[in-house]
Amino acid sequence: MLRGLRVNTVGLLIALAVAFPLYWMVLSALKPRTALEAGDPTPFTLSPTLDSFRRVLLVEDFGRYLLNSATVAAAVVVFSTLCAFLAAVALTRYRFRSRVTLLVMVLIAQMVPVEALTIPLFFLMRGIGQTVPQLGLNHLGSLMLVHTAFAIPLAIWMLRGFVAAVPRELEEAARLDGAGSLTFVWRVLFPLVAPGVVATSIFSFIMTWNDFLFATTFIISAQEKQTLPVVLLSFFRPDQNDWGAIMAGSVLMTVPVLVFFLFVQRRLASGLGGAVKG
Amino acid sequence: MGMSAPSLRLPGGATSRRRRSGRIEPWMYLLPALVVLGVMLAYPLYQLALVSFYDYRQPQVTGAEPLRFTGLENYRALLGDPQFWEVLLNTVVFAGACVLGTLAVGGCLAVLATRLAPWVRILLFLAALGAWATPAVTGSAVWLFLFDPSLGPVNQALAGLGLTEFEGHSWTYTKWSAFGLVLSQVVWCSFPFVMVTLYAGIRAIPHEVIEAARLDGASTGRIAWSVMLPMLRPVMTIVTIQSIIWDFKIFTQIYIMTGGGGIAGQNLVLNVYAYQQAFASGQYGLGSAIGVITTLLLLVISLVYLRALRRQGEVL
Repeated sequence: MLRGLRVNTVGLLIALAVAFPLYWMVLSALKPRTALEAGDPTPFTLSPTLDSFRRVLLVEDFGRYLLNSATVAAAVVVFSTLCAFLAAVALTRYRFRSRVTLLVMVLIAQMVPVEALTIPLFFLMRGIGQTVPQLGLNHLGSLMLVHTAFAIPLAIWMLRGFVAAVPRELEEAARLDGAGSLTFVWRVLFPLVAPGVVATSIFSFIMTWNDFLFATTFIISAQEKQTLPVVLLSFFRPDQNDWGAIMAGSVLMTVPVLVFFLFVQRRLASGLGGAVKG
Repeated sequence: MGMSAPSLRLPGGATSRRRRSGRIEPWMYLLPALVVLGVMLAYPLYQLALVSFYDYRQPQVTGAEPLRFTGLENYRALLGDPQFWEVLLNTVVFAGACVLGTLAVGGCLAVLATRLAPWVRILLFLAALGAWATPAVTGSAVWLFLFDPSLGPVNQALAGLGLTEFEGHSWTYTKWSAFGLVLSQVVWCSFPFVMVTLYAGIRAIPHEVIEAARLDGASTGRIAWSVMLPMLRPVMTIVTIQSIIWDFKIFTQIYIMTGGGGIAGQNLVLNVYAYQQAFASGQYGLGSAIGVITTLLLLVISLVYLRALRRQGEVL
């Protein structure tokens, strides 16, 4: 009994320690600016204010960058999920010679250190931008392209299981009813794997939403096309960091991810493990 | 001409046409994904290797000077540069420490979680989920604030405890304390994956097995070492290799928390080094060579990972 109490106390303290940075983030976002700049160490505030949020959203035009991030993430979710779903259909419901090779390649593609590709991708985007400016440097299209590609391998890997789980009899029944292959895939298979599609989409969303490296590399001179992570960094100023604004911006950037994480928490371990059986 | 067309047709037209369309169909479904992956992943990978063999700097980018194939010159320059070796050592030591830290914290908390009352366990998992969900950029910002020399609660608490040398102490000034700060942030946001995965693994061990060992007189430590650990090995392999892959690629945290690689580049790791060589110094060829080396390093690790999956009997 006493031992159980001790173990639980330890567990509780650790939980508090793990949550502390997030607590401090929210607290500092709500603290009045004067208290923050005076280095007021009280772990609570009696006069919470939305000033920092207002400053960030109105003065720093954070709303625009929020929208930029959301636009890129939405486009990536749609395109990557669509491509990955079709590819997963091909890789699970057909038997053809290069199937296993392709599956192994998908697995390897997940492990390509995409950070190392920044240099060639920068030049590729510059080249693409010369013909289609919207997809080139300084445009959100470049980020959409890159992240769509990076999201596809994991998405294929995750959707594979969902697509394979749909019984073959259903396909045969649809065929007998005169449905073509595409009709079956679109009208029968897609709705059936919808839960998997949602889980996969959330992963693609989070990956894109969190990206800092490519946003900072591709959007060089068009500040108005910047995404959240890079803008957050621009609040760090050599003379005086506006910590209230940085923390308010961090809250705004973290909350959507947190909400989505709660949705997919059951699949997190298995999905991120790539192939761990949950 | 008129005769050649029919002779091309295979015997038994209808069935063979259906078989052929059945063979084309999967490729049509694969096409969008393959095109995107080919253009945005395979081609850049090829380009990366190619550029690493060229003298490719700002004048070549703008076209002021012609491209010059230099073979292994970039690699020779790198391997002869003491800074490269220091960065490589930094990367291996730092990533290794991150992996060990993540595994130790995640593993211990997974075991602890099995002994907690349900409501405490839920709180612990919720806190971990929060840390896990935090984007690298915001996590870095928050940790920088926590350890801010004058405004951060950590220094204030330490000074409050009578350790006055921490008043205004900068955690990012010296090499190892800066690495230590980034390390703690990395462990904070990545131990939850290990904890959740291992917790699930421990829970999947049949209770009877442990009961039987206990009846045979095995101590708790002995049960953990000789019964549970071997059964957890497959899961351990996965989380270890996954952590290695992640931690070798860390960019954002180092870049943000140490201001692009630390004072005089003391906190550079391979990824940030390549980035700085290319985009700050305009040495794209050299940067690409570093990228190739990182890729090869990770490829080796990935192959080990694949083999581990194979041995586990993961069906393709």
